[in-house]
Order: sequence, then C-alpha cells, then structure tokens
Amino acid sequence: MSPAASAPDAGLRTEVGAGGERVVRLAGRLDAESTARLWRSAMEAARAARGAALVVEASAVDYCDGSGAALLAALEQEVREAGGRFELRGLREDLRRLVALVAPSPRAAAAAPRRAPSLVARLGGAALGALAAGRTLVTFVGQVVLALGWALRHPGRVRWGDAFLVAERAGAGATPIMTGVGFLLGLILAFQSAMPMRRFAADIFVADLLGLAMLRELGPLMASILLAARSGSAFAAEIGTMKVNEELDALATMGLDPVRFLVVPRVVAAVAVVPALAMITSLAGLLGGLLVYGSLGYPPVTFVSRIVDMVEPGDVVGGLFKAGVFGVIVAALGCLRGMQTGKGAQAVGLSTTSAVVSGIVAIALVDGVFAVVFYVLGI
Amino acid sequence: MSSAAEREPIIRVEDLVAGYGDRTIFDGVSFEVLRGEVFVILGGSGSGKSTLLKVMIGLLRPWRGKVWIQGRDVTSDDPEERAKILRGIGVMYQQGALFGSMTLLENVRLPLEELTDLPDEAMDRIAASKLKLVGLEGFEDYYPSDISGGMRKRAAIARAMALDPAILFLDEPSAGLDPITSAELDDTILLLRDTLGITFVVVSHELASIEKIADRVLMLDKDTRGVAAIGTPEYLRDHCEIEWVRRFFRRESRPEAAA
Repeated sequence: MSPAASAPDAGLRTEVGAGGERVVRLAGRLDAESTARLWRSAMEAARAARGAALVVEASAVDYCDGSGAALLAALEQEVREAGGRFELRGLREDLRRLVALVAPSPRAAAAAPRRAPSLVARLGGAALGALAAGRTLVTFVGQVVLALGWALRHPGRVRWGDAFLVAERAGAGATPIMTGVGFLLGLILAFQSAMPMRRFAADIFVADLLGLAMLRELGPLMASILLAARSGSAFAAEIGTMKVNEELDALATMGLDPVRFLVVPRVVAAVAVVPALAMITSLAGLLGGLLVYGSLGYPPVTFVSRIVDMVEPGDVVGGLFKAGVFGVIVAALGCLRGMQTGKGAQAVGLSTTSAVVSGIVAIALVDGVFAVVFYVLGI
Repeated sequence: MSSAAEREPIIRVEDLVAGYGDRTIFDGVSFEVLRGEVFVILGGSGSGKSTLLKVMIGLLRPWRGKVWIQGRDVTSDDPEERAKILRGIGVMYQQGALFGSMTLLENVRLPLEELTDLPDEAMDRIAASKLKLVGLEGFEDYYPSDISGGMRKRAAIARAMALDPAILFLDEPSAGLDPITSAELDDTILLLRDTLGITFVVVSHELASIEKIADRVLMLDKDTRGVAAIGTPEYLRDHCEIEWVRRFFRRESRPEAAA
C-alpha cells in the first residue's frame, strides 16, 4: 500500500486488489478544497488501470459536495472510456445519487469535440461577411438619403427637440476643446513652419500657409475627427444600448422607422454643428498662428492682409462644405454601428470602437476624394 | 429533510436598518435562516426585498445592525473576513449577470480558475457537472446570448454553485419566465436543496413558485418598514393574525382596491 496524496480532511490511497484490480481508497471530506489536492493523484490511478478494473472504495467518505462528486464521476468516465470496469463501493446512497446526477450522460460523453473551421472556411466566411457589410452599408446610405429627403419634404415632422439636444452636446459641448486644440494646432504649425522658412527670409508667408491649411483642410478635419471621437461613439453606444434593450424593435413594431426617428435628428444636428466647429477651430488656429507671427516681428495687420490675399472665398466655402459632408458621414456611421450592435455589453463596446475607427477612416478617404474633385474643378 | 426545530441557523440578521440617501427602506429587521431550508423574502414593490438581499450579501452597508453568515459578520470591515464569507455563498442576480463574452462553461469555470488550485481538467469537469446539475448538459459551448432567459437563469445558478457554497441567494428567479420554465427552475432549486443540502435565500413575489419551494417565508411590510410575518406558506395563508398577509397568500384583492 502506498500513500499517494493526503489532505487534512480527506485522503487517498492506492493499492492492487487480490484479483489484480487497482483499488483507490478515498476517505474523509471530499469538498472543493480537498478535491483540488486529490484530483491529479486520483486521475493518475484511473489512467494507470489502462483498461483494466478500477475499484473506488469510498465507505470512509463522510461528505461529498459537487466537486467531490465530479471527481468520482470523472474517474468512472476515464475508466469506461478506456474500456475498463469501474466499481464504486461503499459510498452512501445519498452521495451515490449525487454522483449519478453530475456524471456526464453517455451521449454527451461520446460527443465529438467541436472542430475549429478550416482556413478556407474562415476565408470564405470573412469574404461573405465583408460582402454582407458592404450591402448593409449601401442599404443604409440609401435609407439615410431617403430619410433626409423625407425630412426636407416634411420639416415639421423632424424631431427637432432631439436634434437640438444632439447639436448642443456635439456642438456647444465641443466648443471649448475645439478652441483649445485649434489654438495649439495653429501655434505649433506656425512655429514649426516659421523655423525653416526664416532661413530663406520667407517667414512672412507663414500667414499664407496657416490661413490656407486651417480654413481649407485642418479646421474641417479636426472638427470631424473630434465629432467621431466624441459624438460618433456616443451615437453608437446610445443606439447600441437601445438595440440590446429591444427599443429598436419596439420602434419598428410601433410603425416608426428607426432611421427617421434616430438617425435623421443626429445627422441634421451634425450637419449644422460641424461647419461651425470647423470655423471655430480654424479661427482659433489663426489666433495661435498670430501669436507666433507677432513674435517673428510682424504686426497683426500684415497677418490679416496676407490671409485675405491668399485665401479665396472658395477655400472657405469648400472647407465648410467638406465639414458638413464629414458630419453626415460620422453621424450616419455612428448610428449604423449602433444599429448593427449584437447582444450583450461587449457588443456595445465593439460598436463604439467601430464607430470611431470607421468614422476616421471614412473621413480620410472622403477627404482624398474631395482633394481630387477640388483640383479637377479648380477650386 | 429534518424539521425546522432540529436545524441550526446558518444566517442571523439582527436589528437591521438600511436605506438610500435620507430614505429609510427598512428599520429593525431581525430573523434567522436555518441550514438546508428554502427561505423566501416576500413583499410588495418598494418593500425593500432587493435592498435586504444586497445588505445580506455585503453589497450595501446597513446603517445599523448585523448580518451573520455561518458565524461571520458580513458587515465587517476586515477584507479577509469578507472574502471568507463570500467564498461560502453564491448569488444569482435577477438578469443572470452572465458574462456575455464567455461560453456557459467559461462562466462557470471563472470562480474555479480564480479561487481554487484545481487542475484544468478538473475545472472543466466540475463546471460541466454544475451545468448538468441544472439541466444544461450539451450547452457548454453556448454563449449567454444563444440561450433563453430560463436557461440563462439556470446557468447563473450553475455559476453561483461553482465553489459549492453552503448558501445560494437568488434574486427573483422566476421573474419573466413562463410557468413551465419557472416550474423547472423550482424543481432545480428543490433538487439542489435535497441532494447538496444547500440553503436558499430567495427574493420573489411569484406566489405559485413560493408555495412550491418555500420552507419558510418572510413577509416585509412597506408601511411599517419591517417584518410583517414569518412562517410557512400554509401558516401565512391560513393562520397568520395579520389579515392582509392572509389575503395576499389567498390572492384576494385588498378591500380598498376592490371598492
């Protein structure tokens, strides 16, 4: 007889019986703690039986909880799967019933484990997923365009209260941070460009550079990216939570179109506030640039006159137009991601992340398209 | 089961006062829960059932009073003491509170992974055995979003049982379930009480379920902010000296409501 393992309240000993069968003697209290200590030794004994008989002598077991019962059931399964004979001796009748309750049924025990899909299947699945996502996007764009057309025809039925609330949060709420970001951006841009330009006595043109960059490009871009980060994510989280709580289903069953009800107010608000935010960002950037320009020894009037000479109305209008389009894209994508939310808290988090990432990627892509179109049109 | 007189108290609640802000939810609540019984906390909306449960499991600090679970003080500030208490109890929340990113097996495995030294194989087998115990064998690889509300509640019970606690607290186990699923859940509770000797503290207002599973019922009174009555469902229905408690159990409307 050899002691294999022991616990303060439980013990396990293995021996070879008279008929050559392996005998595992269990004693004491088989609870979660002692089972943790005895598990490996007990399973090793079962494996050592190698398809022969294993007898578990449990008459000295005085308590057995779910973990202990799972151990006894696991021993039986291990021996039977190897083609051996299992015998449980001496266990109290009530504990024996518990072991029977937790033992896996033969059908479940014999079930083949789930196989991971092959590489081809995964590639195919990914391709089908991408196609479905593309189709959803096209459908959604169509729905938004139709809903905006409906809003133009029926302005009285647009939920202006919701739109103003969104505009306040996305616009007024973002104004301080956009002012700060724009000011610093203009200051840094002016400073960084002034240093090399000064070598060629061209630092007077810092105003030209800054005016064009801020009003035509950076203002709209920064405002849109901030909208994606602040509001696109919020739209996705709000609508995603509504989806999880079946509020979207409730809207649909009331005969209300979720796109008109939820998306239109947000898109309308974004179209209204992003150009304004872009202008605020640009003006704050020019203010930051003016500070650097002054430190170079030029008076403010030179700064203003250079910008007025350099920047044409088309640049300003083009920048604001781009900002409006970016606003539509960011707001619509945020809403789309919210409506695509799956089930559970994790799905809402994924939608939020996806709203921000896809919003910023879309802004970059569409900005590239605008650059080409404006070049071709000579704007 | 042995009679109530033979059993020892496993939970003792002494003169409990709790509330939110300046609003008292209950005041001076005292009772005992006996080992191996199904103890139901019952009361109308706003009577403090869920608040009492939160205090009992240590999620909410009472303003005054003590809760003793297996001789340890839940209201203690000692983190080690609290950890020992929590190790001995399991809680099923009203919505199940299963982790959506994990399969059912992973949900049940989680407490075993974090709080025991069991080998991997043992954790898998024990988690699977808990799921089998609540009738979810074969659903180990499913996510909570793939199964019905009743199955989610049963999986939540399996997770609460992962560490073989002596006491299980269930918050509204039958809420939102159809009668058949609710009856199946009741059978699971009785099976676990009878086979594992688990003590259940159940917050509920489903009378059909209470009459089936409860050994004793505590009735909270919203007006007095205290315990209205305590006893077996039969006693409260037929012999309780408080008329509205008897009417409640007989499913009779209040006279003022009927007028």
